[in-house]
Amino acid sequence: MSDIFKALADATRRAILDELTDRNGQTLFEICARLTTKHQLGSSRQAISQHLDMLETVGLVTTRREGRYKYHYLDVTPLEPIIDRWLTPNRRNAP
Amino acid sequence: MRITITSVFVDDQDKALDFYTTVLGFQKKHDIPLGGEDRWLTVVSPEEPDGTELLLEPDGHPAVKPYKSALVDDGIPCTSFAVDDIQAEFTRLRDLGVTFTQEPVAMGPVTTAVLDDTCGNLIQIAQHHG
Repeated sequence: MSDIFKALADATRRAILDELTDRNGQTLFEICARLTTKHQLGSSRQAISQHLDMLETVGLVTTRREGRYKYHYLDVTPLEPIIDRWLTPNRRNAP
Repeated sequence: MRITITSVFVDDQDKALDFYTTVLGFQKKHDIPLGGEDRWLTVVSPEEPDGTELLLEPDGHPAVKPYKSALVDDGIPCTSFAVDDIQAEFTRLRDLGVTFTQEPVAMGPVTTAVLDDTCGNLIQIAQHHG
């Protein structure tokens, strides 16, 4: 689970997840353009690519090739243990 | 100094001429045989028939195909065209069967979308607001 928090501990990576929440399934170009224009994050394409690799390693982002195009998708499955561990028990015990 | 020509590398000039005229709506300006199979083939916007020409350039050089496929792999358009109403243009082109790798997204002063020109390139269309 520590890897998930490490992945979320970076503002650029959180912005990537925000943008994939806005529309799931984006090319690297679209992600870079959104970060530059909507978040004023002028990171290089290589840097964004490395952020995406890290998000993919922890399972928050998956990539799918459709023909010649490659799209990035948000996968929130790795966040579910957080809910199970801290949020759901509280709800169960709530009066 | 003026910019009179810009170009896109296409894998088939006949197919490219059809897409850039019939689908995108440009019109043929020059079509000059160059001896072999290749032609000097340009199109212009009907809104600016004397404006910048787009050269539909054969992509036969061995360096071109890896360059094109690397751009497409990352979703990067090779050029950008201006449109007045991107939503209308997107709907029109999608209904004609055009593939978009990016549907219209507002990005500050501009809304952009990215389409596949069927000749090995991605093309951005952009509407500038205000």
